[in-house]
Amino acid sequence: MTEITSLGLFELIKNIKEKKISSNEVAKSFVDRSEKSKKLNVYVTENFENCLKLSKDFDNKPNFDLKLPGIPIAVKDLFCTNEVRTTAGSNILNNFVPSYESTVTQNIWNEGGILLGKLNCDEFAMGSSNETSFFGNVQNPIAKDLVPGGSSGGSSSALAANLTPITIGTDTGGSIRQPASFTGTVGLKPTYGSCSRYGIVAFASSLDQAGPMSKDVKDSSILLEVISSFDKKDSTSIDFKRNNYSSELTRNIKGIKIGIPKEYRVDGMPEEIEKLWKKGIEYAKDCGAEIIDISLPHTSYALPTYYIVAPAEASSNLARYDGVKYGLRSSGQNLVDMYEKTRSEGFGEEVKRRIMIGTYVLSSGYYDAYYLKAQKVRQLIKQDFDQAYNKVDAILTPSTPSSAFKIGEKSNDPVSMYLNDIFTVPVNLAGLPGISIPAGTDKNNYPLGLQIIGKPFDEQTVLNIAYSMEEKINYKNNITDWWM
Amino acid sequence: MTIDLKTVKHISKLARISLEEKKAEKLADDMNSIFEFIEKLNELNTENVQPLTSIAETTLRFREDKITSDNIREKILKNSPERNDDFFVVPKVVE
Repeated sequence: MTEITSLGLFELIKNIKEKKISSNEVAKSFVDRSEKSKKLNVYVTENFENCLKLSKDFDNKPNFDLKLPGIPIAVKDLFCTNEVRTTAGSNILNNFVPSYESTVTQNIWNEGGILLGKLNCDEFAMGSSNETSFFGNVQNPIAKDLVPGGSSGGSSSALAANLTPITIGTDTGGSIRQPASFTGTVGLKPTYGSCSRYGIVAFASSLDQAGPMSKDVKDSSILLEVISSFDKKDSTSIDFKRNNYSSELTRNIKGIKIGIPKEYRVDGMPEEIEKLWKKGIEYAKDCGAEIIDISLPHTSYALPTYYIVAPAEASSNLARYDGVKYGLRSSGQNLVDMYEKTRSEGFGEEVKRRIMIGTYVLSSGYYDAYYLKAQKVRQLIKQDFDQAYNKVDAILTPSTPSSAFKIGEKSNDPVSMYLNDIFTVPVNLAGLPGISIPAGTDKNNYPLGLQIIGKPFDEQTVLNIAYSMEEKINYKNNITDWWM
Repeated sequence: MTIDLKTVKHISKLARISLEEKKAEKLADDMNSIFEFIEKLNELNTENVQPLTSIAETTLRFREDKITSDNIREKILKNSPERNDDFFVVPKVVE
């Protein structure tokens, strides 16, 4: 039999339900492999012992009607987990132990999932390479000293290295899709309002969404079904009829109209990305889709808009970290001095930079010029998509403008780092669902992804197109376990 | 437009983040390169555009004003950097 850790979620569920393997055997396999993979630095907090115990409990009293029967799952350390330390990759939350559980993780435990550990991420999810984490760089299992993408870099690395069968990330500007693309895995950002934000450490509340990251499309559909729910505890959670994503999954996408936006052909885009995109178009045609050229004229304004809206919301959300009720406190001569020292020592450079930008654009005299302006452009970007969706059912683009880069390569140049999210950010601004699927490799054999963007609440079409194309692409990661 | 050192220091006061002189200079450089890139938005005329404030077009829901969680006072206080009995302790505020 193939190694347990190389099985995806669907296969594991099948094997557990057919009693071919026990939950404890599965947990043990992932714990053992995780123990041998410390060099990747994916875990901030391990929950191994507890996971092994809970898997035994499951085996003693199994419930095979659950959607995730006794499946161990590691999650991004941005989800608050009751009584398990939650750091958001930050020094300021280094010792924070929540007394509540995020809705998304609670949904997973309710369906039989078991917490394996908390995964490294960029500090407060601000980054595209996992290099801003207080807990250090994460290695991409594809090759040594390669970034795993970010901000859900611990999640993408753990998944690609077979340390967890599936995982969840959060995506504010590409933080699920970009790391998925960098590691040859699948990452889905659902429609804004699909998955509850309750209990997720907030970055930019009008953009943040949780979503599944998996080895294949089917696995993402299974997990989406579990985590997508209406939740009264999130004021922007939306009560809409959710599909049974996994049972309604089909490769029949005949006649589906897929748009190709000409504005995504950006200056200086490497030829191999252009080639990948062309190949993707051919695959979509082979699957029976109709290809239609479309225009999203405000695409080039998405990143500048994002770098006003996201830092503004972040500066407001992160105002709560003041050293009073929880988290790090530095000593100061008076209350204000204590605040200033705590925040200076508790936050890393990128987080401080974004708080500063956000504070600036919201400050007296600049609000209209920056924040209000950005909200207006955001409207134009959303209208672009609304208009495109009069003609097409979904949109196909590359996921990222390049493959994974080396650790340290871009960390001194914030703008070049931000450009990584050029294809993913518009999707967050418009609140749409988007998935990245592995679609090929570059000249170094590093994975490259294609993104499928859907209409609001139409995750099913996005998944179906991805499922259909995935079969044609037939991508396989070639991971050598070099870190062992 | 450029962001000078004085502005950076003012913003850091507003954001309650203490800044060393050297770091403030680096931050001014970074912010200038980021704002240079943000200025692109000025190419667009947005006079008659309604700002998009929320992507979820829902009205806020009402709920009854009642406690739904158990008594978790002790768990919450456990996370406090400094406590005295059932209180959070901060540096002296009132003389």
